[in-house]
Amino acid sequence: MNKAFLEIENLKKVFPGPRGGEPLTVFENVTVGIQRGEFVCVIGHSGCGKSTILNVIAGLDDATEGYVFMDGKEVKGTSLDRGVIFQNHSLLPWKSALSNVMFAVKSRWPGWSREQVRAHAMKYIEMVGLKGTEDRKPSQLSGGMRQRVGIARAFAIEPKMLLMDEPFGALDALTRGTIQDELLNIWSQAGQTVFMITHDVDEAILLSDRILLMTNGPNASVAEAVEVDIPRPRNRETLFKHERFYQIRNHLVDFLVRRSKELSGNGGGATRTVRLAAVNEDQDDSSDEHPRRAAAGGH
Amino acid sequence: MWNSINLRAALLSLTILIVALAAWEWSVSGGLVPSEQEELSEYERLMGGASSTAGSGVPAPSAVINRAIEELSDPFYDRGSNDKGIGIQLAHSIGRVAIGYGLAVLVAVPLGFVIGMSPLMQKALNPYIQILRPISPLAWMPLALFIIRDAGQSAVFVIFICSVWPVLVNTSFGVAGVKKDLLNVARTLELSRLRTAFTVILPAAAPTILTGMRIAIGISWLVIVAAEMLVGGTGIGYFVWNEWNNLDLTSVIFSILMIGLVGMVLDTILATATRMVQYAD
Repeated sequence: MNKAFLEIENLKKVFPGPRGGEPLTVFENVTVGIQRGEFVCVIGHSGCGKSTILNVIAGLDDATEGYVFMDGKEVKGTSLDRGVIFQNHSLLPWKSALSNVMFAVKSRWPGWSREQVRAHAMKYIEMVGLKGTEDRKPSQLSGGMRQRVGIARAFAIEPKMLLMDEPFGALDALTRGTIQDELLNIWSQAGQTVFMITHDVDEAILLSDRILLMTNGPNASVAEAVEVDIPRPRNRETLFKHERFYQIRNHLVDFLVRRSKELSGNGGGATRTVRLAAVNEDQDDSSDEHPRRAAAGGH
Repeated sequence: MWNSINLRAALLSLTILIVALAAWEWSVSGGLVPSEQEELSEYERLMGGASSTAGSGVPAPSAVINRAIEELSDPFYDRGSNDKGIGIQLAHSIGRVAIGYGLAVLVAVPLGFVIGMSPLMQKALNPYIQILRPISPLAWMPLALFIIRDAGQSAVFVIFICSVWPVLVNTSFGVAGVKKDLLNVARTLELSRLRTAFTVILPAAAPTILTGMRIAIGISWLVIVAAEMLVGGTGIGYFVWNEWNNLDLTSVIFSILMIGLVGMVLDTILATATRMVQYAD
């Protein structure tokens, strides 16, 4: 058994039915291993339980069945070792951008002097390009700037793992692109393990080492783990010129549009690892013809 | 533009004041009730003509202004229990409100936190709050007088009981309404429950809590006047009632205006405090 940094084993979440109705199994048999330093994105339609999986990893929610281990220890409750970047920034609205980051830094290192906390927080504020606006309140910042503060806050506590729940979902396309670049930049320096939820196929390809594809809920599961073997450093301008890009993209879109529905609810077997190899590989309809290099997961 | 609307509003306010005062002065100086002098009303006969000194008996605004100048030039004189300056009377009332209201805030804010954070406590205590809240604070007065056996402290108790509900309800409402995202942030940062309460929930709920405190101070000031009319002794409420018994309507009107003025100041203080903790979401 090859121990990954983060082990998700047979995770299942059941929500009680409304007024004693049928209980709803959102996802089941979710077994994924994530290596240290790996950047993993999850794509799936709304209602497949992506956010719930992220919350379970974060310790904010409990799974009905199954376990999550990080670094060999079971995840029980929240931890400063797992930073979370929320979709709607979730900054404390009465604190300035810098104070928000300092607040997190103080929780991480309670023994630090105020100066030390300030300097450390400022380093991350600068890293996301907010120097000069650090004294503004969140309401005085644009949506993109707020999300940058959220990113600075999450990175500033130097967690072993970062969890991002559609961090750019509420941003316009232009801002989103800039922040994706910044995120890649910070991540390549810090080298954290990242688990990120997104709806944006291009974003997933740009950022990920591996993309987990989830079938539709209820009874969703992780059907495939697509490896993105486009060499780093990547950037938005040249990414789409890479021979793999459209191959991977078509595969993802095909999955989201067609196969996520077809595969949904069949209990979720083991997750298949998919590496799209040779160019000109037939990428059209036939759903079971995709090259299968290895069956992976927690076994 | 900003300047001009303020200026115009001030001019309009002033005009309304002058017109109102002029109408008042004219109506009491015989304009409206010319036959008053010829025959005493039944009430005036009962009073032995004591109130007929100034036409209709209602004092003219000029008389009130003169009285105000007189009282305010020496607000803190003390010539025995029935003759104290307006400043002393107001100070007694403000003191009672400060103690009763202060105790209410000390009790209601922590209790409101508990109710707001615990759905169990919310469900368990809600029936009592709903039954106790609509009771007129003055209805507690006989019970308070019997148990406490001190008029002044009973008035303080009545202030306590009338301020506790708005603060309690608003605090629990504000605490329960803190965004789940902010609480999740606190959890991911591994903050202790106490630190979460003080550094996340309290600032997040502060505007709602202070709104409750602002409502409470307004009610307290309304109730203290009535309470002091009942318990007597000192305070602006007692002063008003005493001047009525003296048939000194000039002083009654003057005290009414002073009650309004102090109420406005108290409200302004709380409004400023609310603005200080307000944040844009």
